[in-house]
Amino acid sequence: MPGVEGFMYPNEIELQWSVLIVLYPFLTGLVAGAFILASLERVFRVQAVKPTYRLALLTALSFLLVAPLPLQLHLGHPERSFEMYLTPHRTSAMAMFGFVYVWYLMAVLVLEIWLDYRRDIVVLSESTTGWRRWIYRMMTLGSHNLSERALAIDERVGYLITVIGIPSAFLLHGYVGFIFGSVKANPWWSTPLMPVVFIFSAMVSGIAAVMVLYMLMTWSRGRSIDMRCVDTVARYLFYTFIIDFSLEMLDLIHRIYESDESFRSLDFMVHTKLYLSHIVVQIVLGTVTPIALLGLTQVVKLTEMARKRIYALAGCLTLIGIFAMRWNVVIGGQLFSKSFLGYTTYKMGLVTREGLLVAIVLTVLPLVILWVLVKLLPPWTERNSGLLPDARAAH
Amino acid sequence: MRDTEHSGLGTASCIQLTATSEPEGGRASLRRARSSTGTTMHAFKDSGHLFRLAAVFVAGILVFLVLRGFLVPKSFGQYGHYRGNAMAEIAARPVNFAGHETCETCHADVLDKKKDGKHAHVNCEACHGPLAKHADDPASVQPPKLDTAVLCVRCHEANAAKPKTFPQVASADHSTGLPCDTCHQPHSPVIGGGAK
Ligand code: HEC
Ligand code: HEC
Ligand code: HEC
Ligand code: HEC
Repeated sequence: MPGVEGFMYPNEIELQWSVLIVLYPFLTGLVAGAFILASLERVFRVQAVKPTYRLALLTALSFLLVAPLPLQLHLGHPERSFEMYLTPHRTSAMAMFGFVYVWYLMAVLVLEIWLDYRRDIVVLSESTTGWRRWIYRMMTLGSHNLSERALAIDERVGYLITVIGIPSAFLLHGYVGFIFGSVKANPWWSTPLMPVVFIFSAMVSGIAAVMVLYMLMTWSRGRSIDMRCVDTVARYLFYTFIIDFSLEMLDLIHRIYESDESFRSLDFMVHTKLYLSHIVVQIVLGTVTPIALLGLTQVVKLTEMARKRIYALAGCLTLIGIFAMRWNVVIGGQLFSKSFLGYTTYKMGLVTREGLLVAIVLTVLPLVILWVLVKLLPPWTERNSGLLPDARAAH
Repeated sequence: MRDTEHSGLGTASCIQLTATSEPEGGRASLRRARSSTGTTMHAFKDSGHLFRLAAVFVAGILVFLVLRGFLVPKSFGQYGHYRGNAMAEIAARPVNFAGHETCETCHADVLDKKKDGKHAHVNCEACHGPLAKHADDPASVQPPKLDTAVLCVRCHEANAAKPKTFPQVASADHSTGLPCDTCHQPHSPVIGGGAK
């Protein structure tokens, strides 16, 4: 059979989890990571990253809105997904995702964004006209109270929500890692380190995404990039990346040392079928290179221009690397036979329901949503920007 | 639509106040302002928008609960995590398979041939498909003719995952496209010899 080497059980020949299932942890990872970056500013009071605070929240929201779509397309019958809320199945980790998702979307992200933007929303509901005005009016919930005390209360509650939000973000992505880590029949997945590795790689990808988006958007608006902010974000990216990389290496060393019955098979797979996506793209291009680049900016004094270029390059490589990591987990875990005697090949469709085209659309869609959100709720902290001239330029 | 006391001028002055303190000292000055004025009465009023939001959430949850009341079938959970009535509904569906004892009451000749052969334990309807309708009324419901070139390989096509003891052939080499029943008698497939 073409694409099949050695012995495969009949139900292993064709992969059940497609590129959409690769996309799903990638998207949720960006959500969790972006949110954790936002909470840095809020909870740990890292003032320097403030220019990215709102952008990070909006990024998290737009990716979160798209995150369940790959699952819906993969499973089909999207109308049935509502049933897991109606008759919750408490012993199924996958079924509980619905609640993790709703909690994170409604109780954390939407709430935090609303509280943070409330002043802008009220001002905009008075300064805009037409349909915009109606949207903002709806978002004010009919309360135009902008007294200092009201805003102070918002600040307090927002802080509280961020504090609750951090474990929630860990839960959201730790859950995704848990789904894989708890498949005991699959030695490529089954490790308690999986949720932890997923959380740290999520932080890495989210921070990189927000950094790149911030630089891109600032540049496209013709503003100057706040270097203090980007330097700080890049430094955090560097630190989390080192932790993430150490964890992955720990996992690797552990596997090599333990050398259980699956090891030879997995080792062979990494050196053949997964060589390009695992060794070349994930480890060399997507992990070691960005860490080295970011490390360089920490050690050597570079010009602003050079730093910007390095950050942009490192950020993009990081995102590619993390995507490759999801790919290697999801697809890699299905390429070898559970008999450890054979390997199959993943054939990605192009315009099928779970094909490449859909995957591309689902990757671009969050950016479109983000664009709309940024238009609606301008995240920029500089004066004179967005739709808020009358409020912010008062002095 | 809006809080009367905070409309117009009031809002504008607040915005100015907060705008001056942007961006760094914003939070600090707000907190200072907070501690210097106001009573619990005010705190209640000033968190009015939060109560509105809470109301929206409560309304959402209520809508969900009402929907749930309508959408979840009444018999759900009666026996387990599924709709209890499903059991009765499935039981009430028409039977498709008659079972080999039923076939054998009329087709004793086939049984005679089959019972000593290697297919003795393969049920009639495993090959002929569900035929309960035919068993009820053989005159009007004719079983469809079987194409052995398709039928037999369903079980006998060689596959490494099948137990080695199970008889398997690579049909392309073995029969070169001929229907299997040109050589094998389906009800007693072993060719020649006493083993049948
Ligand atoms: C009530 C008696 C009866 C039962 C029970 C019965 N059959 Fe028949 N079957 C007949 C009769 C009579 C014919 C011949 C009809 C004709 O030639 O018009 C027939 C014809 C057939 C034929 C087609 C024969 C041909 O020459 O094409 C097949 C195959 C068959 N039966 C299989 C089955 C199977 C399998 C079952 C069990 C599910 C079954 N029958 C149960 C009476 C029965
Ligand atoms: C291994 C598959 C297989 C099994 C098991 C099987 N049959 Fe058949 N049967 C066939 C095939 C193939 C034919 C010939 C093609 C046709 O007539 O559709 C056939 C033909 C028949 C015929 C028509 C003429 C004939 O050869 O007698 C009858 C009647 C029949 N089967 C009844 C039965 C009954 C009753 C049983 C169960 C006791 C049974 N079959 C079990 C495959 C099977
Ligand atoms: C539903 C599955 C099934 C179908 C369909 C089926 N068989 Fe079989 N066949 C069996 C089983 C089970 C045995 C018995 C194997 C054993 O004894 O271990 C068997 C045994 C045989 C044997 C005996 C092999 C040996 O020497 O031990 C032959 C020959 C055979 N089948 C041919 C056929 C032909 C020809 C057809 C199509 C008319 C057919 N089979 C359709 C299940 C099937
Ligand atoms: C040209 C005649 C011919 C055709 C057509 C044919 N066979 Fe055979 N088959 C034989 C002979 C001869 C044997 C060996 C004698 C025996 O075991 O009964 C055999 C043996 C078998 C065996 C037993 C193999 C074993 O390892 O014990 C199976 C199973 C079998 N055939 C299945 C099929 C199937 C399925 C088809 C249809 C795709 C088919 N045959 C078509 C002639 C044929």
